[in-house]
Amino acid sequence: MSEKQELNLSIGPAPEKIQKALQDYEYAHGEPMKVQMGPQHPATHGVLRVELETDGEMILTGTPHIGYLHRCFEKVCENMTWVQVVPYTDRLDYVSSMNNNLAYVLGCEKLFEIEVSERVQTIRVLVSELNRLTNHMLAIGAYGLDIGAWTPFLFLIQEREHVLDLFEELCGGRLLYNYIWIGGLSHDIPDGWLGKVRDYLSYMKGKIEELNTLLSFNKIFIERLANVAVIPADVCIQYGLTGPNLRGAGVKWDLRKDEPYSGYETYDFEIPVGTGEFGTVGDCFDRYIVRVREMEQSLRIIEQATERLEKMPGDDVKANIPKRLTKVNKGEVYFRTEHPKGELGFYIVSNGKGKPYRLKCRAPSFCSLSVMSKIAPGLLIADMVALIGSIDIVLGEVDR
Amino acid sequence: MTIQEIFNHLKSKLPSAELTLDEIEPDGAIHIKADDLVEVCMVLRDDEQLQFSSLMCLSGIETADNLATVYHLHSMTLLHKVTLVCGDSKEEKVHIPSVSGVWAAADWHEREAYDMYGIIYDSHPDFRRILCPDDWEGFPLRKDYVPQDVWHGIPLTTDLPPDADREGKMI
Repeated sequence: MSEKQELNLSIGPAPEKIQKALQDYEYAHGEPMKVQMGPQHPATHGVLRVELETDGEMILTGTPHIGYLHRCFEKVCENMTWVQVVPYTDRLDYVSSMNNNLAYVLGCEKLFEIEVSERVQTIRVLVSELNRLTNHMLAIGAYGLDIGAWTPFLFLIQEREHVLDLFEELCGGRLLYNYIWIGGLSHDIPDGWLGKVRDYLSYMKGKIEELNTLLSFNKIFIERLANVAVIPADVCIQYGLTGPNLRGAGVKWDLRKDEPYSGYETYDFEIPVGTGEFGTVGDCFDRYIVRVREMEQSLRIIEQATERLEKMPGDDVKANIPKRLTKVNKGEVYFRTEHPKGELGFYIVSNGKGKPYRLKCRAPSFCSLSVMSKIAPGLLIADMVALIGSIDIVLGEVDR
Repeated sequence: MTIQEIFNHLKSKLPSAELTLDEIEPDGAIHIKADDLVEVCMVLRDDEQLQFSSLMCLSGIETADNLATVYHLHSMTLLHKVTLVCGDSKEEKVHIPSVSGVWAAADWHEREAYDMYGIIYDSHPDFRRILCPDDWEGFPLRKDYVPQDVWHGIPLTTDLPPDADREGKMI
């Protein structure tokens, strides 16, 4: 007997137990396994359930199931007066309420042909950009948390508090403001408030650089995000993705520049787009870094708005608020604004009475989430977490 | 292009389609018959002079005697907009062809319009409710909607007497 044969014999056929285990293993790999991610999952940013069909670690299909927070916003609005809808829009995307107010109010103003003064417009721009800043801070912070970086979250929440304090002084609310009203604002800016905004600006400038060294250009973070969950520009447009998600795919599209409202055309700022710095254009890192750069641009707009307000003579911010909105213009309007998460549009139909006949809210997160079933196949389960975080959804707005 | 020019252009491209221009304030809208919808949408998307690449919004709406879908389109290259309306009498079930093959964004919006109004979108790839549970009764945004009393043992109306149990029976 040669040595080789001896070796073969020594290996021999595997014992029955192991053979069965191997068969079972093949079976587990051959049949797709269903995994329910959510609705109570820390990385789904709320009550979102994703039904995953997986082969090992690889996702075959990913179907999002939504509606856990559904409260029929649109039906509720049909039973409220035009003015009562404003505080309810706060609750759509509860981390950027000012921008929700603004979109609805501008839509109504277009329909009812109400003009507001330049000072009111400037204050509106100022507060919406401050709110954009806080939205991106939360988005970036929570994203870091999803990926496994704990410190940036605490760091950003701390910076966000300062803005919330400013808002509290302005209108009494920290998260839900009801500040922008049809035809004006609920309160004028208090004495000395602009000085505090200036202090915050000079404080915040260095902080973004600190964030970049802490998180953005951290090698582990980049390696984790580059080339993951690429959403190309044509897919973005097909599925209606807007805002930082679309810009992350390299499309220079921003409603503040392309369809200016509230005097945005007079401000000097740039639109950051994704360039595929560390991987492919439209990957998770691009969507992330666009948000960081937008924060820098927001600071520029806030600075310009503060400067203008300091020079502008004071006026009554409630001067153009209509005394009564029981008989209004008939017609329908679709108005959209650049919300921190994308394009927030309100389709408002009026039949001339005191309540909206129909109010449809085109929520940016709703459209962004719909792309998931297209992008998920072929991702690893861990990359799914990176995808959900990078498109920045708020379920209050998805479910409405 | 203004809505009048877009309307004329569509007329010349598709002479057989029944289109009407509604001059509703402030922007106007084009009314389309359900049979022509997909054909018109394909022209709107692919024509060189129109290039409506993005569907901004799709909403269901109930008027006095119609259930309709409103499409808000926008061209990111030519920067013009148009509003389309396609509907049918609500006496019977309303069928409208799905445009999710033209713009993928329509997929979820159509499911939402079905969920809220009961408009049926033919040849939709994944047609089911989206926001309400699958076994929900009725369509909430209809003007004559009456909510069901109990859903899986959970009372839904506040009209139940205070000493009724979760099934709605008196204790």
